[in-house]
Amino acid sequence: MPLAEHAYLAPLFPLLACALILMLGRRAPGQGAYVAVGGMLLALVVSCGVFSRVAQGAGGDFSARWFRVGGVSVHAGVLVDPLSAVMLLVVSFVGLMIFIYSMGYMHGDPRYSRYFAYLSLFAAAMLGLVIADQLIVLYACWELVGLCSYLLIGFWFERPAAARAGKKAFLVTRLGDTGLLVGILLLVAVAGTANLQTLFRMAAGHTLPNWVLTAAALLIFCGAVGKSAQFPLHVWLPDAMEGPTPVSALIHAATMVAAGVYLVARCEPLLAAPASGVPLMTVAWIGAITAVMAASIAVVTNDIKRVLAYSTISQLGYMMLGVGAGSVVAGIFHLTTHAFFKALLFMAAGSIIHATQRQDMWELGGLARRMPVTFGVFLCGAAALAGLPPFSGFWSKDEILLRAFQASPALYGLGLFGAFLTAFYMTRMGIVTFLGQPRKAGEAHESPRVMTWPMVVLAVGAVGLGFVGTPWANWFHGFLAGGAGEQVSPEPLGLPLMAVSVAAALGGIALAYVMYGTGALSPAAVAAKLRPLYKTLKNKYWMDELYEVALIRPGMRLALLFRRVDEGGVDAAVNRVGEVAVGTSWLSNAFDHIVVDGLVNLIGWITRQVGAVGRFGQTGFAQDYMFWLAAGALVLILIGWLGP
Amino acid sequence: MITLHHYLLLAALLFVIGLYGALTRRNAIGILMAIELMLNAVNINFVAFSRFVPQAGLSGQVFVVFVITVAACEAAVGLALILCIFRTRRTVEADEVNLLKW
Repeated sequence: MPLAEHAYLAPLFPLLACALILMLGRRAPGQGAYVAVGGMLLALVVSCGVFSRVAQGAGGDFSARWFRVGGVSVHAGVLVDPLSAVMLLVVSFVGLMIFIYSMGYMHGDPRYSRYFAYLSLFAAAMLGLVIADQLIVLYACWELVGLCSYLLIGFWFERPAAARAGKKAFLVTRLGDTGLLVGILLLVAVAGTANLQTLFRMAAGHTLPNWVLTAAALLIFCGAVGKSAQFPLHVWLPDAMEGPTPVSALIHAATMVAAGVYLVARCEPLLAAPASGVPLMTVAWIGAITAVMAASIAVVTNDIKRVLAYSTISQLGYMMLGVGAGSVVAGIFHLTTHAFFKALLFMAAGSIIHATQRQDMWELGGLARRMPVTFGVFLCGAAALAGLPPFSGFWSKDEILLRAFQASPALYGLGLFGAFLTAFYMTRMGIVTFLGQPRKAGEAHESPRVMTWPMVVLAVGAVGLGFVGTPWANWFHGFLAGGAGEQVSPEPLGLPLMAVSVAAALGGIALAYVMYGTGALSPAAVAAKLRPLYKTLKNKYWMDELYEVALIRPGMRLALLFRRVDEGGVDAAVNRVGEVAVGTSWLSNAFDHIVVDGLVNLIGWITRQVGAVGRFGQTGFAQDYMFWLAAGALVLILIGWLGP
Repeated sequence: MITLHHYLLLAALLFVIGLYGALTRRNAIGILMAIELMLNAVNINFVAFSRFVPQAGLSGQVFVVFVITVAACEAAVGLALILCIFRTRRTVEADEVNLLKW
C-alpha cells in the first residue's frame, strides 16, 4: 500500500479524536482519554509505517490542488522525506507516552475531557506542521499549535497567574509569528509559490535575489525564535509552567518548542543560500547565547519546573547552534534525544508534584527512598541532559559541539560553558530534591502505574537512543543525510572534543556535589561573594522588567489612547448621528401630529359644524319641508325659463 | 272676450291660494284640501289649453281625468294617514306632529 502519500492520516486521527471528544464530552470512552490515546496510537502506527517506507527509499512531495483564485492555483500536500519521517515518529511516540501519563496526572480534574480534546488538537496540528509541504499550510498549523499552547497553559484559568501566562505566551510568540508571516509573504510574492521544494530549488539555482533570501531567512528565523523561546523572545516559557505538567512536557519540551528548530532545519536550504552566510550565523549565535544565558538562570532557580523550563530554552539554543553551524543532522538528532529525556524529566517533576503538591526544591528532599521509580528515571534523564556517556544526550550534544567547533571556536566555547552549567544545575536539582532529609514533604508516595510506565519507556529511549548516532556507526546521520547531503565519516577532532565535554560535565557535577551534597562550599557564601552576578541571574537579567517598561507600558498607553479616540471620537460621532435621527423623527412626528392630523380633524370639525348648523332644518314640521320644496321648485322653474 | 289668459290667471290664482293654504293651515285636513285646490288649479290649466290650443286636441282633457283620479287616491291615502296619526297622537294639528326634529 502506498503509505507515504497518505502521511496526512497521521494528523487526521488525532483531529478526529478531538472532534469526537468535543461532541461526546463526558460520555466519550474514558471521558475522552481513551479516544485521545486511540487517536495518538493510530497516528503512531501511521508514523511507523511512513518511517519504514522512507527507510526503504520511498518519499516525495505529494501535492494536490487546494483551491484556485483568479488564474492562480494553490497546491497543498504532504512532504515525506527522512526529516518529516523522524519528526512524525518523535511527536507521535513521545506524545503517546504523555497522553497515557496524563490519564493519571489529570485524574479527577473537572475539565478532564476538554483537556484531552485540546491535547488531541495540538497533536494533530503538530503532526500536520511537520509534514506540510508548503509554507501556508505550515503557518496555519504553526498558529494552531500556538493556540493550543495558549489554551493549555491557561487550562486552569481560574488561577490569574495561569491566565496571565497563557496570554503572555501567545503575545510573545505572536511577535515571532508576525516576522514569520512577513517572511512567508515576501517569499510567495517574489517566488510566486509557497511550495517548499520549489522554493529550495529556486534558492539553490540563484533565481531569487540575495536580499530576498537573506530577509526571508531572517524573518522565518524570527518565528522560530518566538516559538522555540530563544533570546530575546524566551520570556514566555518559564511562565508557561503554570500549565499542567504533562502540557509542559509535551508542548514546552518535546514538541511545540521543537517546531521552531524543525522550521529552521526544514528551511536550511533557504538559510544557507545567501552567500554572506548571515542567516546561519545569526541562528548559531542566537542559539549559543540563549544556551548559556538560560543555563545560567537555571543555576539559581528553585522551582523544579522552572529549572526544567530554562533547561529547555538552553537545549533549544543548542539545537539552533547545531543547525546554524551547518549540520541539520546534529540539530535534529539533539531534538530527538531531547524530546525523550526532557519529556521524561518533566514527567518526573509532575510525579513529584502529584505526590507532594509542592514545586520548590527547598521544600522537598529525601524523595529517592519514597519514590524510587521516579528517582531512577530522573537519573536517566538528568544524565542524558548533562551529556554523560553512554546516555543519548551525550552523543547528540557532542555532535553539536563538534560542528560548532568547526564553525567557530568562540561558539564552541559558549557551548562548552553551557554544558558545564547544565551538568551543575541538574545535579543541584537532583541532590536537593531527592537526597538528604525531607524538609516539608512528609508523606510522598510513588505515582500510579499509568504514570510510571510511560516514564520508564521514555527512560529507555533516553538511555539507548543515542546509539543510533554514534560517530562510528552513524545510522541516523545516514538516514537524514539522504535529504540533507552531509558527510558521514567520523571526524578526526571527534575524540579529543568528546573528552573535553565529558570533563566539563563531570566538573559541573562535582561542583554541585561539593556545594549541595557535602556542603563544603556553601551556596550562600558563593552568592554573597558574587553578589552582583547572583542578583542579575536571580532577576533573569531583568528581561521581563525591560519588556514591561519598553514595550508593555507604552503599548497600554497607546491602547488607552485609542480607546479614548474610539469612545470620544467614534462613539461620539455615532451618537450624534443617532441624535440627528431622533431629531428628524421628532420633526416628522410633530408634522404628523399637527399638520396631517390637523387636516383630518379639520375636515371632521367642518362636518360637525355643518351638521350643527344644518340640523336646525329638521324641524319635524311637514309644512316647513313643503315650503322648501315649493321654493326649490320655483328656483328650478326660473332657471329653466331664464337659462342657466 | 274670455281668452286663454283669463283661465291661466284663474288657475294661477287658485294654485297660489292652494300653496299658501298648504303651507299655513294648522289642520292636516285643511292642508289636504289646499292640496286638492292646487291639483284642481292644474286641471283648469290643462282644460284651458285643450280648449284654446287646437293642436293640443283632447289630450288635455284626457289628462285631467287622470289627475282627478290620482287626486282622489291621494286624498284617500292622505286621510288614512291622518286617521292613523289621530289614533296615536289624538291630534290632527300639523305642528303637533314634529317628533322627527333636531
